[in-house]
Amino acid sequence: MGYFSSFSDFLQMGTHGLYVWLSYGIALVIFIYNIVSAYWLKRQFFINAKRRLRREQGTV
Amino acid sequence: MKIKMPRWFYQLASPKWFYEFTGVLLPWFSAAAILLLVTGSIWGLAFAPSDYQQGNSFRIIYIHVPSSILAQSCYMLMAVAGAIGLIWKMKIAHVVAGACAPIGASIAVMSLATGAIWGKPTWGAWWVWDARLTAMLVLLFLYIGVIALNSAFENRASADKATAILSLVGLVNIPIIKYSVEWWNTLHQPATFTVTEKPAMPPEMWMPLLVMVLGFYCFFAVVLMSRARIEVLQREKRSEWVKRVIVEY
Repeated sequence: MGYFSSFSDFLQMGTHGLYVWLSYGIALVIFIYNIVSAYWLKRQFFINAKRRLRREQGTV
Repeated sequence: MKIKMPRWFYQLASPKWFYEFTGVLLPWFSAAAILLLVTGSIWGLAFAPSDYQQGNSFRIIYIHVPSSILAQSCYMLMAVAGAIGLIWKMKIAHVVAGACAPIGASIAVMSLATGAIWGKPTWGAWWVWDARLTAMLVLLFLYIGVIALNSAFENRASADKATAILSLVGLVNIPIIKYSVEWWNTLHQPATFTVTEKPAMPPEMWMPLLVMVLGFYCFFAVVLMSRARIEVLQREKRSEWVKRVIVEY
């Protein structure tokens, strides 16, 4: 099934394994960065906002 | 100059409506993004044929082309959103524009990095100063400029205006990127897909590419909406509906 005859062939990508996996690896890192940074911004906002509301109103 | 727009256009301008509507869309686009990206990647890596000249390094196309397309589309959206914000004084438009910049920058980095990595086995060079590569690098610098400018102002309205103007000034770079391979002798290959002719690529190769392009767009929609929603809450934090959202978090 698939283009490659074995999993080790798949990993090696002929002679181009380093290039292909480095590219997909960079893509994955950048995807993760985007997700994590959006999530972190959201968390920071709500933590600070709740703190501020508590200070202003005496409620959470 | 006041151009009459349909009702939904002005409804879109309500930050509360934007927050609620994007909240509904988010899970769907997230599911679509995951499905399309996983399917496209596996298809491109394991099932698509290799190129008879380039071998398996060809598979980088499934990251490089979608990221290049998205980096440009994101910039166009950013510039158009900036223009809408300037013309109709719509805060939401500026919010969207601001959210585009960091995402677009990261995707431009992805395009440049994967392009360089692909270039090494294909052309023997990590980088050449050909028209398309250079113009894409300029695009990254423009994104960085927009991000920097956006945070340089004390006054939010001034920041919005300056950012919009910079985005619009840089918009000329987009047709340069697109037509560079036609106007100049470049190392970067010309367009495989045109509106008028049959593609120079068989379906076994371009079908996973289409899936990846769609996946990248869905991913972009998810991250854009997420960032824009936070900015909306930030800007509207004095209003009652935002206070309710904060309390309920």
